[in-house]
Amino acid sequence: MQPFASIADLGRGLARGDYSARELATFHLERIAAADDDLNAFIHVTQERALRAADAADRRIARGEGGPLTGIPLAHKDIFCTEGVATTCASRMLADFVPPYDATVVARLAAAGTVCLGKTNMDEFAMGSSSETSWFGPARNPWDRDRAPGGSSGGSAAAVGAGLVPCATGTDTGGSIRQPAAFCGVTGLKPTYGRVSRYGMIAFASSLDQGGAFGLSVEDVETVLGAMEGHDPLDSTSAERAPTRRNGARSMRIGLPSEYWTGLAGDMGECLLAAAKELEAAGHALVSHSLPHTDAAVPAYYVIAGAEASANLSRYDGVRFGFRAEDPADLDDLYRRSRAAGFGTEVKRRILTGTYTLSVGYYDAYYLKAQRVRRRIQQDFLEAFEEVDAIAAPVAPGPAFELGAVDDPVAMYRQDVFTTPASLAGLPAMSMPCGFVGGLPVGLQLIGPAFEEGRLLALGHEFQRRTDWHRRHPEG
Amino acid sequence: MDRQTLDRLTRLSQLQLSPEEERLVLEDLGHIVALIDEMQAIDTEGVEPLAHPLDMDQPLRHDAVTEAVDRARFLAVAPLTRDGLYLVPKVVE
Amino acid sequence: MAAMDWESVIGLEIHVQLATRSKIFSGAEAAFGAPPNTRACAVDLGMPGVLPVLNREAVRMALTFGLAIDAEIARTCRFDRKNYFYPDLPKGYQISQFDQPIVGAGVVEMEIDGATRRIGIRRAHLEEDAGKSLHEDYADMTGIDLNRAGTPLLEVVSEPDLRTPAEAEAFFREMHAVVRYLGICDGNLNEGSMRGDANVSVRPRGQQRLGERTEIKNLNSFRFLRQAIAHEIDRQIGVLESGGGVVRETRLYDPRADETRPMRGKELSDDYRYFPDPDLLPVRVTSELLAEARALVPELPRAKRRRYREDLGLSDSDTGFLTGDPDVAAYFEATLATGCGAKPAANWIMDRVAASLNRSGLDISGCPVAPEQLGRLIARIEEGVISGKIAGTVFDVVWEEGGEVDAIIDARGLRQVSDTGELDRIVRQVVADHPEQVEQFRAGKEKVLGFFVGRVMRETGGKADPRQVNVLLRDALRAR
Repeated sequence: MQPFASIADLGRGLARGDYSARELATFHLERIAAADDDLNAFIHVTQERALRAADAADRRIARGEGGPLTGIPLAHKDIFCTEGVATTCASRMLADFVPPYDATVVARLAAAGTVCLGKTNMDEFAMGSSSETSWFGPARNPWDRDRAPGGSSGGSAAAVGAGLVPCATGTDTGGSIRQPAAFCGVTGLKPTYGRVSRYGMIAFASSLDQGGAFGLSVEDVETVLGAMEGHDPLDSTSAERAPTRRNGARSMRIGLPSEYWTGLAGDMGECLLAAAKELEAAGHALVSHSLPHTDAAVPAYYVIAGAEASANLSRYDGVRFGFRAEDPADLDDLYRRSRAAGFGTEVKRRILTGTYTLSVGYYDAYYLKAQRVRRRIQQDFLEAFEEVDAIAAPVAPGPAFELGAVDDPVAMYRQDVFTTPASLAGLPAMSMPCGFVGGLPVGLQLIGPAFEEGRLLALGHEFQRRTDWHRRHPEG
Repeated sequence: MDRQTLDRLTRLSQLQLSPEEERLVLEDLGHIVALIDEMQAIDTEGVEPLAHPLDMDQPLRHDAVTEAVDRARFLAVAPLTRDGLYLVPKVVE
Repeated sequence: MAAMDWESVIGLEIHVQLATRSKIFSGAEAAFGAPPNTRACAVDLGMPGVLPVLNREAVRMALTFGLAIDAEIARTCRFDRKNYFYPDLPKGYQISQFDQPIVGAGVVEMEIDGATRRIGIRRAHLEEDAGKSLHEDYADMTGIDLNRAGTPLLEVVSEPDLRTPAEAEAFFREMHAVVRYLGICDGNLNEGSMRGDANVSVRPRGQQRLGERTEIKNLNSFRFLRQAIAHEIDRQIGVLESGGGVVRETRLYDPRADETRPMRGKELSDDYRYFPDPDLLPVRVTSELLAEARALVPELPRAKRRRYREDLGLSDSDTGFLTGDPDVAAYFEATLATGCGAKPAANWIMDRVAASLNRSGLDISGCPVAPEQLGRLIARIEEGVISGKIAGTVFDVVWEEGGEVDAIIDARGLRQVSDTGELDRIVRQVVADHPEQVEQFRAGKEKVLGFFVGRVMRETGGKADPRQVNVLLRDALRAR
């Protein structure tokens, strides 16, 4: 058995009986055991449940009822509620929380026969771009343990990048799938807002949060998405759409928005431009254009995400679940001390920012203004997609940074400059490996019109047939 | 962003900051406000606010009881309960 | 110096619990009286990751209300989050409607002291109810029951068009009748199905500008509402006349002490930080929904009152009694459907039926005498088949034992003696037996007639028609 095999190959191996799902799970559990003390990609490894699920998958395969994901190991970001398995959101607040229900995504992937090996590390409540704000300590980058795997879904990206699992779920609010995918050298897709159910996915910013997938290739991501997506009556913001299918014209117009491409550091710029040229070589046309309100995306995003988060996190009050302070003097004391001790500093900063932008006297200047800017940014994209079929862009200003290197919150927020615009517009966006800078992977971002994931998958698949960046893996 | 504003925000959001945390957060919030103020440069005259990226209507659920409540499962994850109730320090109205 | 003439200005906010089967945003049962926290599902508890989905029937009921009060109906409306911390509010925010309510301006017409008053409705919006805090049982702890959390509420906000505590009470009663007629609320005040908040201010009569107001929360009976407002008006006048100023605040009414006092811990809550709930999308009021809501608007109390007065010729007080409760009105109309007269039907319902129900502690929906039976009974009186007195007996038999009016009359031989020959014979016999009384009658003592009627009725076992007996007696007495 080899790590880094594709889902299709693993499925064939299972079908042929080269190995059982139990053996496949055990193989990956052993890899986790060997690597994760160092990597800290997992908050919980659920070995026993995994083996039970693998046995069930083996029986299913034996009956000839297996699907493309039956018996395939995977990991869930610890933001997805798993019935009977602790779901912490990497917060002390939920360190002991065991949900009595499954997220829709978890239930669907379980129904497809996947074997969940554990829950992955992340930034606390998905608030961060480095997975350093986790209550359980930072996850590390498999390419360089002194560097961040990105965030917030850093554990999932690191686990896939290190070959600990073939695929993993993640969530993306302002770049939380795409940026860690880029930092860890894997493929990550943030679907269109509404494509994947948010039910049971612990909310950070409800109008931005979207579940998605990490894999070693576009093909694998497509397979996982196929089992996650679709309308869910438990989520009012879940769209009824035909399933995603890879589809794209042989020759597409690919936009390179000037706001994203100017000012990139030399090596980054060359690496990304070479990737764009590869698409051109494949028969697509590169078109320079403008998304003029790009610079306002980070400010608008931090207003909107903060506002929504400030309300979403009010439910953590020490009463019905989660951390509760000892011996409260009165109700306010219970609330304040439970929340003060249960939340980390970054979460508090966001709650305070959101409370500020929604409060009397500031609502119009900040919250409403951000919504207007959001409209502008959406219009930028709508106009661009009149001219181009997809947009190619960098994911992050640079490759993975060192742990602790970005210690100023505003500098960290600015890391999201290339990912927040598509989030605000609710558009599908994907990151895939496209080269290396200083031995660290670089990701190319593809952004498409709403519900046109199929176009991104087609472009990405074509790119990965012509290149082998996605087949490069870290040593050890 | 001053101490008085921060004090109001911590009370509204039922948070509590240590003196050291308060000093740092006050400084950070100042920078964050400066960051979000950058969007003021955008002309949004006459632009409708966009509350949600999905251009869809709210779906309506048929009025049927579909959730059977197993109270024990929910109470099991609560920090402090008695006789089927969640307990909090005495509330005076 | 003459005492200042004060005018009070009152507006009500009435929270109407909508009688849906399930909660407004979850599939848990909306039911009163279940053991604590057995009707609160993950969504009602605000568990991490769960999401609201809007109940169509709650929207339909709000629309039915809006149409019934001739209100503007929004084409689209929106849900917002109202942020504050309280233990009975699981998410730390209430899903409500802030600036795009489903129902806009409308009007409720009510009657008070024989006059019609039109009270403006500013808006009505949908929101979720909170749970309940139980303060009694634990020494220094409060218990939280979240069964009520997520029950749909329609909050109806009136204009400050009310001027007296009695008007406020009349308005609350009218609203109570309206929502019960519409079938959107069970109207059980003691279960909290309808709760009022009163905004009260006073000003010197003639002054245009409104005085500073206070809000009295959670008034859940007609009497408490009137008393609380009356008390608050007195308190405010007292404050102003002693040179003080009314402070804008939220107060609670304590019925035991008959006073209002400021509510604690409300000082920060003026900043609710409303913003559109990103878990919910704009609600589009489709023409299909509107048509469905319109089809479910029945005849309302004011229309019924007019019809009872104008078409049936009933008095204001009869009309008021019969239309106050939709079940009473339905019973009355079912009684009329058998073809009996309106006035006797009204009288029977207000007297005999009401008294019997009262004695048995039943309400009219549980009345053992079906309206069809009552109607038939009244018809038999009108046809002269039985007397009013016998009818009372028959009513009691149906009440106690059930059965059918005509069958009881026949089986018990209660049919009035309508054979004129037989009655004539009895009349002549009675006259012949009492020559002394005959003389008195002929001497002009009309009262003696009653004596003869009594005798004849006794001879017939009460089965004679008193009117007929009267006629025959007069003939017989003069014939001599």
